[in-house]
Amino acid sequence: MSVKTPSKLEKILTEGHLAVTSECGPPRGSDPNAVIEKANLIKNHVDAINVTDNQTSVTRMSSLAACIHLKQMGVEPILQMVTRDKNRIAIQSDILGAASFDIFNMLCLSGDHQSFGDCPQGQNVHDLDSMQLLQTVHLMRDEGKFLGGADIKRPPKLFVGAAANPFADPFEIRVPRLAKKIACGAEFIQTQCIYNVDKFEEWMKQVCDRGLHEQTYILAGVTPLKSAGMAKFMKNRVPGMDVPDDVIKRMVDTPKEKQPEEGINICIETIERLKSVEGVKGFHIMAIEWEEKVPGIVERAGLYPRPKIEAEN
Amino acid sequence: MIVAEKKPVEEIIEFIKEDKKILILGCNECVTVCEAGGKKEVGILASTLRMYFLNQGKEVKIDEITLERQCDHEYLEEIRDVADTYDAIVSLACGVGVQFMAEKYHSVPIYPGVNTCFLGATEERGLWTERCQACGNCMLGITGGICPVSRCAKRLLNGPCGGSSKGKCEISKDIDCAWQLIIDRLKALGRLEDYEKVCSIKDWSTDRAGGPRKVVREDVQI
Repeated sequence: MSVKTPSKLEKILTEGHLAVTSECGPPRGSDPNAVIEKANLIKNHVDAINVTDNQTSVTRMSSLAACIHLKQMGVEPILQMVTRDKNRIAIQSDILGAASFDIFNMLCLSGDHQSFGDCPQGQNVHDLDSMQLLQTVHLMRDEGKFLGGADIKRPPKLFVGAAANPFADPFEIRVPRLAKKIACGAEFIQTQCIYNVDKFEEWMKQVCDRGLHEQTYILAGVTPLKSAGMAKFMKNRVPGMDVPDDVIKRMVDTPKEKQPEEGINICIETIERLKSVEGVKGFHIMAIEWEEKVPGIVERAGLYPRPKIEAEN
Repeated sequence: MIVAEKKPVEEIIEFIKEDKKILILGCNECVTVCEAGGKKEVGILASTLRMYFLNQGKEVKIDEITLERQCDHEYLEEIRDVADTYDAIVSLACGVGVQFMAEKYHSVPIYPGVNTCFLGATEERGLWTERCQACGNCMLGITGGICPVSRCAKRLLNGPCGGSSKGKCEISKDIDCAWQLIIDRLKALGRLEDYEKVCSIKDWSTDRAGGPRKVVREDVQI
């Protein structure tokens, strides 16, 4: 695949390196240092940082504003955008805003339902869905057009990705769904956190059988478990999350004070195993409010140092 | 049909507590079927209000009428002679009926006695569920006869989100995942490959977004 944007992440993937991305959740307030400090913890160990968009429907500093803080400190941001909160006017407007700061990566999502968050009485928009958002970015980037048909002066240059959850139901359309996202223009994929590696391998096999791994870059998602409680919560309470019983047992059987270390061990073992899975082109490490552990995970998983590729500014 | 449910009686009392002559007006259509605003519910509400006023030591006359429909001029005319004699009318019709009443009878306040909920069906006695949001641009032909606009909590048009689990929606284990139903149905029809057809960006101008809607049929106008 040839490079289409100035994105550093795209270059790293195109050159055949295993990419490493991580993420920063913006703060529940306006202090820019909350973003900057998180990014400083991980910036030397990852190629790009996702900035979540009001994740779990809890109101936070905007993803775009937090991305701009990252960009200004020389870190490569991945703008996450959900279709829950904005109509097509606001979406196109924010894409142009991001492009004006030379943000070169975007992840298109539908977003958690607002009933999980701090405004359950609010409306959701979903004027577009995540696939239609991918199509919109491509129209703006590749054809230089707005949805309304007019030309865009200085079109955005965004390397555009989507999420995939190999563990959600119905399982039989999980691969067709990926194919559909690729058809809509997903150039990279970040997956849901993988704990059930067997099931992930089954999904990847089907992905490779259809040749989809050659049409997009798949980054395997991992999240270190902090405790047995978190493992059980993820299994029982987080929709679309698959934490097998042997992982739960391993955490439960570990003394409480050793559980964080064991969670990180599991995460590193998972990365090691996933490295040999055909079609995996990198890792997306989501250390939820535990960013300080990312450098150690990246180093112990043999993914450090990161390739030296200068971002275009 | 239009599905409604009864408003809490306290809310209705707030509207009419100072009035002396009140009409409770039912509707014999959808709200009768969903047991929220038919003749039976008119009787129950009237009795409840009579008890309330009796306990308050107030003498209030409460009448009961149920019309064939409240969304039709012809039937609303049936109360032409009496409407103005009331201090208030509580309509147990859907929001359409309440508004049509208010447009027709200007000198008497019309209060809603039900909350209008959705366009739905009776699954079983006492259970009504949503089926349509009247988006004005029906796509059931490509989704196996199951509507993602009304039945997916995110009205996703291209497949289930990552929160679909064991056939249920991420927001509640009591709600079916619309896309699981669509996939099951496409499979039963031998059309699962249709799932991969991308549904392009929808024109929502025929939905609520386009402003108050109107259907004009010159061929049937008199």
